Order: sequence, then structure tokens, then C-alpha cells
Amino acid sequence: MKLGRHAYVALCLAGGLAAAAALAGPARAETVVTDSGGRQVRIADASRILSIGGDITELLYALGAGTRIVAVDTTSQHPPEALKEKKSVGYMRALSAEGVISVDASLIIASDRSGPPEVVKALKAAPVPYVEVGEHLDAEGVVKKTRLVAGIVGLEQAGEELAARLEREFAGLAAMRSRITRPARVLFVLNAGGGRVTVGGGGSSADAILKLAGAANAAAGVSGFKPLSEEALADLQPEAIVTMRRSGGNHDTDQLLAVRGMAATPAVVARRIFSMDGLYLLGFGPRTPSAALDLMRALYPDLPWKREEPTR
Amino acid sequence: MQDATPALPLRATVDREVTGARVIAGSVAVLVIALFLSLSVGATGVTLSSLPRAAWGAIQGSTDPVLAREQLILLGIRLPRTILGLFVGAALGVAGTMMQGLFRNPLADPGIVGVSSGAALAAVATIALGNGLFLPWTRAFGVYALPFAAFLGGFATTILLVAIAGRQGQMMVGTLLLAGIAIGAIAGALTGLIAYASDDRELRDLTLWSMGSLSGASWPKVVAILPFALLVLIVLPKVIRALNGFLLGEAEAFHLGVDTERIKRLVILTTAAAVGAAVAVAGVVGFVGIVVPHLVRLLAGPDHRFVLPGSALLGASLLLVADVIARMIVRPAELPLGIVMAAVGAPVFLHLVLRRGIGGVE
Repeated sequence: MKLGRHAYVALCLAGGLAAAAALAGPARAETVVTDSGGRQVRIADASRILSIGGDITELLYALGAGTRIVAVDTTSQHPPEALKEKKSVGYMRALSAEGVISVDASLIIASDRSGPPEVVKALKAAPVPYVEVGEHLDAEGVVKKTRLVAGIVGLEQAGEELAARLEREFAGLAAMRSRITRPARVLFVLNAGGGRVTVGGGGSSADAILKLAGAANAAAGVSGFKPLSEEALADLQPEAIVTMRRSGGNHDTDQLLAVRGMAATPAVVARRIFSMDGLYLLGFGPRTPSAALDLMRALYPDLPWKREEPTR
Repeated sequence: MQDATPALPLRATVDREVTGARVIAGSVAVLVIALFLSLSVGATGVTLSSLPRAAWGAIQGSTDPVLAREQLILLGIRLPRTILGLFVGAALGVAGTMMQGLFRNPLADPGIVGVSSGAALAAVATIALGNGLFLPWTRAFGVYALPFAAFLGGFATTILLVAIAGRQGQMMVGTLLLAGIAIGAIAGALTGLIAYASDDRELRDLTLWSMGSLSGASWPKVVAILPFALLVLIVLPKVIRALNGFLLGEAEAFHLGVDTERIKRLVILTTAAAVGAAVAVAGVVGFVGIVVPHLVRLLAGPDHRFVLPGSALLGASLLLVADVIARMIVRPAELPLGIVMAAVGAPVFLHLVLRRGIGGVE
């Protein structure tokens, strides 16, 4: 009988606690997160978020926290609602301290590429919690970023689901990569305006996505996004070219085809020039495995692809 | 600019003094309004009425979040920004006047002695090479690596110019002008080279810096520019008489008792220091140096007793108003200051050219 009464009390307590936790809902307890810069940031209220960085905004929407965002920066171009519905604090490297504070966010999640440095410094010292999220250009980096952002906004479960899905997709990509017998030499062209062709060299986000898609970066000899001379371009002899799609037609492709040095390259001769959306390809947000997959399909149509639903 | 002869009737001289004094008084009033605007207008809507509360809270060490926000906005963001804007506008205005007076050239601007191009070169180098060749520098100075480099670059370029132009013991103004153009071109070429070799992100930072902005204003920067502000205040009265003499020509000024060599060095070095500091904290801001002296001369005549202080006051006011527009017009984002200055200054300049012809003498 004694045991029965104790068990009864314990059950009630447990039930009460569970009910309280359920009722607590989004009003979470204060948590402390460690951001990419190693700073400990205390977050009490994650209901009004300022998101600075296209990849971070994408992640927040993918986690279902899109309604909590009050403002974004101009690089947050996906999903399209972000810039349409939310306030814009301008370009991420030209932030205004008072402007950022005026959007009245309770939490700022910002890419580590934000600037100018003095404004970032001032914002880190301001009363609003400022969490810095680093950019890591590989599969583990994207998954880690997903879990970090999910933890910051208190959506750990959605974060785990998304991270697990991303891990599966990246594993699928790796499996396909192992089936590639000979990596294609691919050149990534950032823009080709006015006779200057800017390519994605080693260490750039373009290089990273090419790696994920199982391609060899033809411009690996340069570092970062750099303009190349016509001769240097011709020398690269790419088998395929990837450019950024812009609104208003394939302007860049036309410009590229006009460059004499490119005319004799295998890519142009075989007309293997692919345009893809910039943020989709280079954002390194949750759509990364899908972007890499699309690129891989375009580059290696002869791989044993399963018949699946079309990707975005 | 060929007026100011001693044969004017007494009445005209007195009238001119009265006009001059009125222009100064008017400029002070305009500056006060500009200061008020700069402090009370902002994206957050916090107004000056919160200042006493915020200041009192700061003294008491209160932790109220609303008060903390007002303190941050008024005392941490707007006040240093206003002070820096005041300094930059005044320094550029005074430097422009001094350069136009020294070179007797109405198109002279503070950059004519290579300060701006040297500062830009140093800034671009720091942005592009900050993680490479210049890493020890960036590590040592952190956030202040860029302003400090810009200042040193500007000042060093001018020293180089003075050394080249003053080789024969006497600094010929003509040589100074031409050597300044040459050094400016060299600095420009080096800047272009570095820009060409930078990657996408560095190029964007470069471009933004060269459009000018007060958004990085902070108290340490205010403290850093104080000695330069003091320098300008001290030097200003000393060069008034000399610059008036220069209006007649360098030889005539010499015969009037002006120590022309000393004055040339003083004016150029002061310009280099003040403009170097201004460019260091705000990037490249055009038009103030060229347009403001003409505006003041239009109102008050060519006498430097009025043009020098007037340029300081009006330059500061113009810059502060442009900064308010820059921060409010696309809020919560911000336009670069240089763009607003150009947009505001260019039509004014054009109006001056069309209406009065450059020279601005009544």
C-alpha cells in the first residue's frame, strides 16, 4: 500500500511537470549558446529574429522559423518571401548600427562575413544577443551549421530531422561520386561582363560545390574568385562551364561565348555550358546537397541515376 | 579673386566686415541646427528628449533595458558619429580653403597634395592584403588597422611630395601641383593593381570604403581625431593673414611680410594631417573640400578671416546633414556618405558654376 501511494505521488508529480512543460510552449528558458567565434551568448527570447546571411535565412525557413524573422539582409534571396515580406537592413557587409537596432529584434543571427568590422563589434557589445555563424564550405560544415542554428532558436527536433536528411543526401552524393570513373574538368564563371571573366578558383565556394558534385576545378590554380585573361582562360581547357543564372536571359553565356579564348575549349565546342541560380549553388544552406546533385546530373548524365522525383 | 586692394573706400570695407560677421553667425546657427538633427534623428526613432534620462541612467549605472537602448543609441552611436562628422566636415572644408588659397586655384581640393590617393592606397592594401602580407599589421591593430594605415598612407604621401617639391630649398607651388598630380597617379596605379588582384569580397569592401561612411564611428576614433582637431584650431588663425596675402600672388605676399616658405609647409602638413585623419575615419568623402569654400566666398567675399572659419562651420553642417540623409533615406539600411555628398554637392556646384562662374567674388 505504501509503495502504491509513493508511486501515485511520483506519477502526479511527473504528470504535473510534463503538463507544465507542454504548456510552456515557445516561451523557453534562457539558454547559453557558443557561437562560431567561440563567444558564449545568452538567449532569452528567440521570437523576433534578425537574420543576416542568405544561408542562415534559408535554414531558418527550412526549420519552420520563418514566421519569427523580422528582418533580413539583401543576400537573403531564398525563399523569395524573405526579402518581399521582411524589412531589409541592407547589404551584409555595410550594416548600420542604429538601423540594425531599430528593427527591434530579440536575437541576431549573423554570418561571420558580416561587416563593417566596427559595426559588428558595436553590435556584439549591444544588449541584443548577437550570434555569429561561421561559413564552412563542405558537407560536415552545412550539417553542423544546421544543428547550430536549430539550437539557437530552440528547434532542436526540427534541426535533427533536417540534419539527418542532409546527412543522408550527402551520403547519397558521396556514393554517386565513387561511381565517377574520370572527373570532368569544370570551370565556374562568376560573371563575364565587359571582357573580364571572373572564375571560381581554389578555396572559393564554387570550388567547394564542384568538389561535392565530383568535378575537378579547372581553375584550381587561382585562389578565390579572380578575373582571368583570355589566354589564361583558353589554357584551362574546361570540358564544361558552370555560370550563374541571372534574371533576364543568359547574358553571361553570350558574353562568355564572345570571348575568343573560349571558342576552342572543349566546353564551348560541345556546348556544355550550364547556368544555375547563384544562391542555390553557392549559398551552402540546406539546399546544398540538392544543388550538388543537380550539377552532378548535368555533368555526368551517363551515371546510373535512379528514376526519382525531379529536384528543384 | 583679384580684389582686396587697399584703395577701397572705408564704407565698403566696413560693409564687408559686417557681411562677413553675419555669414559666420549664420553658419554657426546652421551648424547648431545640423548638430541637433544629427543627434535627434535616427532609424530607431529615439529623440533627444530621452537624453537627460539616458545620461542620468548612465551615471547611476542602471540596468533598465529601455534606458540601456537609449543610452546606446544616443551616447554610443549618434554622439560619436556626430562628433566625427563635425570634425571630418570642418577639416575638409578648411583644407579645401587652404589648398585653394595656397595654389590660387579654384579647382583645388584637399586631395591635391596626394593625401586622399595615399590614404586610399594604404586602405586598399590593408583590405586586400590584410590576411596575407599585412597580417602582422592587422593582428596588431585589429579593427583600427584600416584607419591607422589610411592615415599613415595619406601623411607619408604628402611628406614625399613636400620632399620632392622642396628639394631646391624653395618650394615652388607649380612644382608642388605637378608633382602632386604625378604622385597621385602613381598611388592610383598601385591601388588599381591591388584591386585587380583582390578577390570578390575584398573588391566589395574596397568599393564600399571608397564611397565614404561614418557608420564605423566609435569613441576610440573620436579620441584619435582630437589632436588633429586641435591642430586645425591652432593653425587656422596663423594662416589667415598669409592666405590673404597669397591672394595677390606669392611674390606679393612675400613682400607684404609673409614667410611664404614656412606658410607653405605649415599649410600642406596641416592639410595632410587633418585630411589624413578625416579619410582614415570616414573613407573618401568628396565635394566638401571643393564646394564649401566657394559657397562661403559667394556669401562673404574672399577674405580668409571669414572664409576659413566659415568653411569649417559650413563644411561640418553640410556633412552632418548629408549623413542624416544617408542614414534615414533607406532605413534600416544606410547609404554611403560619399554618394549623398556627391548627390547633394554636385547640383550646388553646377549652380555655382552657371550662376557666378567659379571664383565667387561679389
